[in-house]
Amino acid sequence: MTTLAQAPIAKPQKPWAATYKDRGKTAGIFVASMAVSYAVVAATPLKGKLAYAAIFFATYIVIDFVINFAKAGRPAAVDAVFRAFVTMMVAMAITPIISILVTVWIRGHHGLHWTLFTKDMHSNAYTDAVPQGGLLHAIIGTFLLVLFAMIISVPIGILTAIYLTEIRGKFTRPISFLVQAMSGVPSIVAGLFIYAAILLPLTKKLNGFEGSLALAILMIPTVARTSEEVLKLIPGDLREAGVALGGTQWRSVAMVVVPAARSGLITAMILGVARVAGETAPLLLLTGGSGTKNFNMFNNSMGSLPSYIWQSFGAGTPESITRAWAGILVLLVIVVVLFTAARTLGNRKVGKK
Amino acid sequence: MTQTPAQIPAKREITTKPRFSDKVFRGVVTGGGLSSLVILGLILAFLLYNGYSTLKQQGIHFLTSSNWQAVVADSGAVDIKNSHFGIAAMLIGTMIVAVIAVIVGVPISVGAAVYLTFYAPASIKKIMVTAIDLMAAFPSVLFGLWGFFVLESSGEYWAKLLNKYFSWVPFFKLPAPYVTRSPFIAGLVLAIMIIPIVTSVSREIFSQTPLDRIQAAYALGGTRFAMLRAVAFPYARSGIVGGVMLGLGRAMGETVAVYTVLNIVYQVNWQILLSAGGNVASMILLKFGEASPYEVKALMAAGLVLFVLTLIVNSIANLIVTRTGKSGR
Repeated sequence: MTTLAQAPIAKPQKPWAATYKDRGKTAGIFVASMAVSYAVVAATPLKGKLAYAAIFFATYIVIDFVINFAKAGRPAAVDAVFRAFVTMMVAMAITPIISILVTVWIRGHHGLHWTLFTKDMHSNAYTDAVPQGGLLHAIIGTFLLVLFAMIISVPIGILTAIYLTEIRGKFTRPISFLVQAMSGVPSIVAGLFIYAAILLPLTKKLNGFEGSLALAILMIPTVARTSEEVLKLIPGDLREAGVALGGTQWRSVAMVVVPAARSGLITAMILGVARVAGETAPLLLLTGGSGTKNFNMFNNSMGSLPSYIWQSFGAGTPESITRAWAGILVLLVIVVVLFTAARTLGNRKVGKK
Repeated sequence: MTQTPAQIPAKREITTKPRFSDKVFRGVVTGGGLSSLVILGLILAFLLYNGYSTLKQQGIHFLTSSNWQAVVADSGAVDIKNSHFGIAAMLIGTMIVAVIAVIVGVPISVGAAVYLTFYAPASIKKIMVTAIDLMAAFPSVLFGLWGFFVLESSGEYWAKLLNKYFSWVPFFKLPAPYVTRSPFIAGLVLAIMIIPIVTSVSREIFSQTPLDRIQAAYALGGTRFAMLRAVAFPYARSGIVGGVMLGLGRAMGETVAVYTVLNIVYQVNWQILLSAGGNVASMILLKFGEASPYEVKALMAAGLVLFVLTLIVNSIANLIVTRTGKSGR
């Protein structure tokens, strides 16, 4: 009996992966293009960030093309140029995000101070020195507005998603179409609609609840579509098991499918909240922007973070603009926290408790 | 041997008839599911109800004239005869700003989607996808302020460059030397605002490209670009068109960002670098504050036009995207 010779296990080969030489070459082209763009900007009348960027990209693409053309001919050169082009595009897509985050921090952190979270604006004007007054009323207002919007829209959104995935009746296609169409309703139209349907004929004055209704309209499609995605991921086995144990459809959905999708449904809810937390236009029409704390959703104008930002921006003095950026910083932190929470929950495996 | 007569079990009821609880359940869920239909219907009905008098009085001029005058007589009553409401200027403004957004935003978004789907290493891809998704959650007032304070200065410089070298293009002419707060800059802000949605739709479509075709292209010795041109782009083309239209719909309905960045002037302005323009949504917000009840009705009519317009664009977009997603090709 011959023992099978233990063949040495070859290391996995990745012929397509970039070698160190390739990486070095890319870095070399990168540095060379930077040098060229720096030299051109210094030597010619072309000035500004745009000139740097344009010359850099042009040089990079030219050098890349020439090197690859010399090495492997035209197809490879075109491929390399296209690669540089899409990389450039992704850089252009990411630049504004970084710029926005950095700007909000740089301009907003001067306006941060403790009284921001303990005081409201009832005895201060937006043009007062920054440490006076605060946005407690706005945080309370946004919290209440979003809470009520959530109470209205989450059941409707989840019911829609359950209809689309569990019942699959004859309205499935039209409803899924309409939910998508609804996600494109401009926020100002939602505001106008509530103004026409509730404020003009019934209440005749601004209050928080109308704002919540408008936000709910904007929130329903987000909740419904995300929940639908989540419910689709629940394995059919679970549903069949529920039915096989003698459950009615109602029981198998309520006791098996929905609990299995729980974390995903919470994600959908959070994403909906993140979608509407910063919504401004409908609130300007419907809730006004009171500077005092208002806990009553059904009476009187209600402050909110977006309207606080809007009013301080509108006041136009350096102090009020700093206030606006501080407000945005607070709002952005809320949105980012919600988004991260949704991501963390959503990444958990569906079906796990 | 006596055989006990076999106990014949009672006939079990086998039925497909749903139980009572199921009927209730189905009813409630169907009701909830139909809510989107109800809400869209109500929006249409209420805006039509409130805007009808204006639409009837102005007729087709509501869409074709650019004259917006709410005349109030000396007695304080509304002078209906002499009031004119036409939103042509703002409709044109809406299209101009949205089209600029699409022209600038789409190459960036589609390029980014190609990079993220076919080029990016997994680690970079994850970070970038998260960042772009996060951007979709940024509030529009943030984009507005950022556009006003940050993009404005660069945008002004770019506008001057465009005017300097391309003033032979009619759009880039400048009748007066005012380049701040122009439709061009508003279009740039909107371009950035639609990047997340166009990127995510395109990414979705690209990632559905059949793997066997991709591998076939590589097996034939194609470079990555050759594969993209022969397989991925033809496959994704119509889906991307849908994504672009979704972005267009978003850009047409944007209110606060445009209001912040753009100098809203009620006139038809084709010179995109000139500091005057507007769109329907921002015009509604602008006029709403001091509008008389009569003018509010005209604004409702304008809202109705905007609603119908965005609904049409979005519906076409969704039809295209869903069809691409389903069919194999």
